[in-house]
Amino acid sequence: MRQIVLLKDIPELTEIKLDSQTRAPIVEGVKRKISEVDKRALEAAIRLKEKVGGEVVALSMGDNKTKTALLEALAMGADAVYIVNEPEFRGVDTNATSKVLEAAVRNVGDYDLIIAGEMTLDSLSSQIGPRLAHLLDLPPITYVKELDVADGKVRAIRDLEDVDEVVEAALPAVVSVVREINEPRIPNLMSIMRAKKKPQTVWGAGDIGLDASEVKSQSYVQIMSVSAPKMERKQIKIEAETVEKAATKLVEALMQEGVL
Amino acid sequence: MSFLVFSEDRELAFQLLGKARELADKMSSEVAALATGSDPQEYVCQGADRVYTLSGLDRFNVEPYGTAVVEAVKAAKPSTVFIGATKRGKELAPWVASSLGVGCMNECSGVELKDGKIVVERLTYGGSNVAEETSTSIPTVISFPPRCFEKLESVERSGKVVELEMNLPEPRVKVVERREKPKSKADLESASIIVSAGRGFKAKEDLRLLEEIAEIIGAQIGCTRPISADLGWMDQWVGISGKKVKPSLYVACGVSGTIQHVAGIRDSQIIVSINSDEGAGIHGISDYSIVGDVYEVLPALTKALSERA
Repeated sequence: MRQIVLLKDIPELTEIKLDSQTRAPIVEGVKRKISEVDKRALEAAIRLKEKVGGEVVALSMGDNKTKTALLEALAMGADAVYIVNEPEFRGVDTNATSKVLEAAVRNVGDYDLIIAGEMTLDSLSSQIGPRLAHLLDLPPITYVKELDVADGKVRAIRDLEDVDEVVEAALPAVVSVVREINEPRIPNLMSIMRAKKKPQTVWGAGDIGLDASEVKSQSYVQIMSVSAPKMERKQIKIEAETVEKAATKLVEALMQEGVL
Repeated sequence: MSFLVFSEDRELAFQLLGKARELADKMSSEVAALATGSDPQEYVCQGADRVYTLSGLDRFNVEPYGTAVVEAVKAAKPSTVFIGATKRGKELAPWVASSLGVGCMNECSGVELKDGKIVVERLTYGGSNVAEETSTSIPTVISFPPRCFEKLESVERSGKVVELEMNLPEPRVKVVERREKPKSKADLESASIIVSAGRGFKAKEDLRLLEEIAEIIGAQIGCTRPISADLGWMDQWVGISGKKVKPSLYVACGVSGTIQHVAGIRDSQIIVSINSDEGAGIHGISDYSIVGDVYEVLPALTKALSERA
């Protein structure tokens, strides 16, 4: 079985600082790593491979730094990495991104299953799985917390608000997983060394048969501004000689606020 | 500029209709809705000028439902499509957008008209930032979670109900079993006081410390993601991937304050933090903080609360 896992390398969220004037996030120069939920998509693929055999390839749309970030995927157990690195594609929206990924998936060749994370933690858009399923005319299976493959079928448990839905679809299919599906492995030193020898292929727009300007013209959503809302909090530290006194002071303060 | 509204959750559909009506009135334009369930006329009472019905919309499945929404878009020719961002809706919105080859802004928290353009707000960077976004495609698909907007008062209005005729495709994802989740006792999203547990709690039994306080002040009990998703002590958590809450008082106990958790409590009126780690992020975003062990502070707080005047 051949599986394609979609990965995105994103800035380490806890290391993003804010511009003191505009409160806009400064992402330049922040270390990047594979988005947490995407990593679980990869772990799910590797576990399926360990069970039924085959190959796991990772696919990403990124830039010059993506190669380094995706070494972790190879160390975890991906067999090969494909990266679409096209300067013209920087900042395009999910409509254009899904078309790029569709072309890249077709270029990777035969596959039985595509697995993605339910959302990437930077943009939180939750769009790529369903969009890609539609473009490839495949069944979309979202919010997957348990995943298995047997007899040419994928069987999954979907985590919805009111129910856990047990579903089945014929392969190939596009699955997106939630964070609860597994705990991703931490590669050991040997795997990290071996990762550097595994193939990483980088494609530009032309390599996957795309006209960059045509793709860009299908990017519609524009981000007008990004900033961290000010949490205007009082930040009052309650201190007292004993916890009992501190607790009393807190209760008095909350009653004054009218929230008790 | 005109609107089409759809959610498989009727209450949410009515909330979106309320907002669409408000925006449409500013631009003297129209609002359409794709209805589910019986009584399509109620969508008119809730603000729609035109209501589409389509037989076969029973159990939600993204392929038939998405096809139905696309069909309604063809009929109504809206410039903006509002979808209810339940989990199903968050899957539906990009599927529909892809079918139409248009832009989609998923799970937005607000929308306004700016210089004649529809501009939305969305959380980004794990929930620590807010982005303002707009889209140039016609239509554009925008989704909003429950309780972003209020529904209108149901009044007699004039509007048309139009039946669409179409055979919906058989879903390729077959549901073989539905396991109902136990109905959660806590209704965190509408709670006015929430006391919440984080990793500072060592064992499930110790949640009793919170239960005692909750009883005295009529609070609901929440927790962080690890307490629920990893340890399974509670069935729902507060945060960007869980419940987003807006109580008048949120008491975070033994909570470290990750970006994702803080994004879920941002709209609380007053935040109290109790954590033994002076450097915990939660203290930096709270109104009142006590640096101390929950195992000492909470019993003292219980006592102080029961003795309060």
